[in-house]
Amino acid sequence: MLGLNAKDAGLFLLVTIMVILAPLILNPFPEGSELAQFNAGYPDLMQRFVIFGIFAIGFNILFGLTGYLSFGHAAFLGVGSYAAIWMMKLLTLNVIPAIIMAVIFAGLFALLVGFVSLRRSGIYFSILTLAFAQMSYALAYSVLTPLTGGETGLQIKSTDSPLLSNLANGEIGRANLFGLEMGSSFEWGVGNWLFTFNAGYYIAGIVMLMAFYMSIRIFRSPFGMMLRAVKSNQQRMNYTGLNSKPYTLAAFVISGMYAGLAGGLLVAMDTQVGPERMFWTASGEVVLMSILGGVGTLIGPVLGAGMIKYMENIISKINDNILHQWFAFLPDGMEDFVVFLIHPFIGKGWHLTLGLVFMAVVIFLPGGLVEGGQRIGRLFRRKKRDGAVGDAAKTPAE
Amino acid sequence: MGILEVKGVGKRFGGLAALSDVTLSVEENSVHAIIGPNGAGKSTLLNCLVGKLIPDTGSVMFDGQSVLGRKPHEINQMGISRVFQTPEIFGDLTVLENIMIPCFAKRDGAFRMHAFEQFSHEKELIEKSEHILEDVNMADKKDMHAASMSRGDKRRLEMAMCLVQDPKLLLLDEPTAGMARADTNNTIDLLKEINEKRKITMAIIEHDMHVVFSLAQRITVLAQGTPLVEDTPDNIKGNAKVQEAYLGESQN
Ligand SMILES: Nc1ncnc2c1ncn2[C@@H]1O[C@H](COP(=O)(O)OP(=O)(O)O)[C@@H](O)[C@H]1O
Ligand SMILES: [Mg+2]
Repeated sequence: MLGLNAKDAGLFLLVTIMVILAPLILNPFPEGSELAQFNAGYPDLMQRFVIFGIFAIGFNILFGLTGYLSFGHAAFLGVGSYAAIWMMKLLTLNVIPAIIMAVIFAGLFALLVGFVSLRRSGIYFSILTLAFAQMSYALAYSVLTPLTGGETGLQIKSTDSPLLSNLANGEIGRANLFGLEMGSSFEWGVGNWLFTFNAGYYIAGIVMLMAFYMSIRIFRSPFGMMLRAVKSNQQRMNYTGLNSKPYTLAAFVISGMYAGLAGGLLVAMDTQVGPERMFWTASGEVVLMSILGGVGTLIGPVLGAGMIKYMENIISKINDNILHQWFAFLPDGMEDFVVFLIHPFIGKGWHLTLGLVFMAVVIFLPGGLVEGGQRIGRLFRRKKRDGAVGDAAKTPAE
Repeated sequence: MGILEVKGVGKRFGGLAALSDVTLSVEENSVHAIIGPNGAGKSTLLNCLVGKLIPDTGSVMFDGQSVLGRKPHEINQMGISRVFQTPEIFGDLTVLENIMIPCFAKRDGAFRMHAFEQFSHEKELIEKSEHILEDVNMADKKDMHAASMSRGDKRRLEMAMCLVQDPKLLLLDEPTAGMARADTNNTIDLLKEINEKRKITMAIIEHDMHVVFSLAQRITVLAQGTPLVEDTPDNIKGNAKVQEAYLGESQN
C-alpha cells in the first residue's frame, strides 16, 4: 500500500487511527472527576503533540540515520515561525502560504548552517550548530527587532491588513484554511464526558501524517541506506565512490525543513511567535524527544514528543492542593509528609520528573520507549505461547 | 605503459621516510604483488594511490590521468577499489546492504537524491549483489548484521564489495591475513578467476608466499620504503637481495 511494505503500512495505519481518534483516546476521564486533569484531549495540547511530533520526526532523519547530533534545530523551527507570521501579516491569513514559506525559509537557512557545520563531525559539529542557534536567538531577541519584534515577538494585530484577506477595520484576523478557522471546534458531550474535535488539530494531524509517511519512505529508500552508511563507516563510503558530504547536507536540510514545517504550524495554530522558540533549551528538547522515544526508529520520536509535551502540560499543572486532595485518606501527618516528598516533582518541578524518566530510559531502555514496547510485546507473546502449552498439557487430564 | 604508473613517490612522516623514490608500473590485466617486511611502507604506498595520503614527491598516473589531489570518492569513480588491511565494512548494515552500496555508487555516481525510490524495487542490483555473494560463498549470510561476522567473513565481504564494482584496478592489502587455510585457497581461486575471466587488474600486498606465487605475474619487493627489485616470481625466488630482506625481518 502506498509503496510501503506490510509492516510499515500497518504502522502507518495505526498512527493514522490514533491521530483520528486522539480526541477520544486522550480524554478517558469524565469532566469534573478528580482524574480529569490527566485528560490531554484538548486542542492546544493535541496540536502540540502532532506539531512537535513533526519536529522530532525530522530531527530523527538527521540524528537517527546519519548520527550527526545537531544542538541547534530550534533555530529552524524559529525561522519557520517568523516566516509564517510575516506571510500571515502581509499576504493572507490562509495558513497554506504561511506553512510553505516556513518550510522554504527554514530549508534555506539549514542549507547555510549545514554547509558550515558539516565541515566538522562529532562534538565539533554539535557545538557549531549550537553556536548558530544561539546567534539566531540573539538576532531575533535584539539585533533584528524590526523584523522579529524583539523580546515580545510578533502577533497578528488589529492593525495588520493582509493583502488577500478582507478584514473589517480593526478586526483581528484569525488563521484559517480557505475559511475554516483553526480555532473552530465541534464539541460532543456523552454523559459526563466532553470531547473536542478541533479543526486546527486535524489539519496539523494530516500534515503530521504526511510528514510521517515521507519519513518512512526516506528510511526505506536507497538514500536512507546511504545515510545509515554515513553513520556506520564514512571512510568506507568515500572509498566506495560515494561523496558523503552532500548526503549529510541533504539530510540536514530535510530535517531543517521538517523543523520549519513545525514552526509554521505552530504559528498557524496560535498566530504568535517569540524568540524563546529558538533558545538552546528548545533545541535540547528535540534531542530528548528522539532519545526518549527511540533514536533511529520510525515511531519513536513521535512517542518521545508526546511524552515530553504531556509531562510539560499535565504534570506542571498539578499543585499541592491537588496532592492534598489525593492523599486526604492518609492520617494528617502522613499526608503532609507524602505531599512534601512529591512536591519537588510537580508544578515547576516537572523538569525534575522528566530528568528522572529520561535517566531511567537511557539506563534501562537504551532503545527508548520503542524498545520498551518491543519488550512488553515479546513478554506478551511468550506468555501466550506458555499458556497454549499449558492448555494442551491440561486437556488429556480432563 | 601500465594502467598504473607510480614515479618517484616519496612520503615522510616527521623524520621517518616511509617511502622514498618509489617507481613501479602495473600492467593492465596482470596481478602485481608488492611484498616486503613489516613497516616497509606497503600500506602507505596504497594510501598514496587512493587519496588517503598525498605523497610529498612524485606522480601517480592511473589510466593516463593523475590521481594526486583527487578525493577518495573521485579516485574510486575512476575505477580503483581497495580492500583494507583491517576490514572496512558497514558494520551496522546487513551483508546485502553492504554490497548494494557499492552497486549504487557504480551505477548512480558519487551522489544521487534517491529519497523516494524504493530499495526493494532495485531487482537488478539485488540480483547482482546476491550473485557476487555466491561467488564468495556468503549467499546464506546475506541478511546477517555485518558487524557480527568473523574477521575472515568480513574480509570476504569487503572483497565482494570491491568486486561488485567491476573496478579497473583492485588494490588488496593482505587479503588473506587471518583466514583459515581453506578460505585462503578459495580466495586464491576466486582472485585468479576474476583476473582471468573479468580481466580485472590487481595490485596485491601479501605476506603469504603461497598466495603471492599462485597469483602474481610481477613482484615488487619493498624494503624501508624503497623498491629493492621488480621481477617475475621465478627470478624473485632466487634473488639474494630478497632473501636478505626477509632474513633480516625474521631475525627481529
Ligand atoms: N599515518 C602515519 N603517521 C606516522 N607514521 C606512519 C603512518 N602510517 C605509517 N607510518 C609508518 O610508516 C612506516 C610504514 O608503514 P606501513 O606502510 O603501514 O608498512 P607496511 O604496510 O609495509 O607494514 C611504518 O614505520 C609506520 O609506523
Ligand atoms: Mg600494512
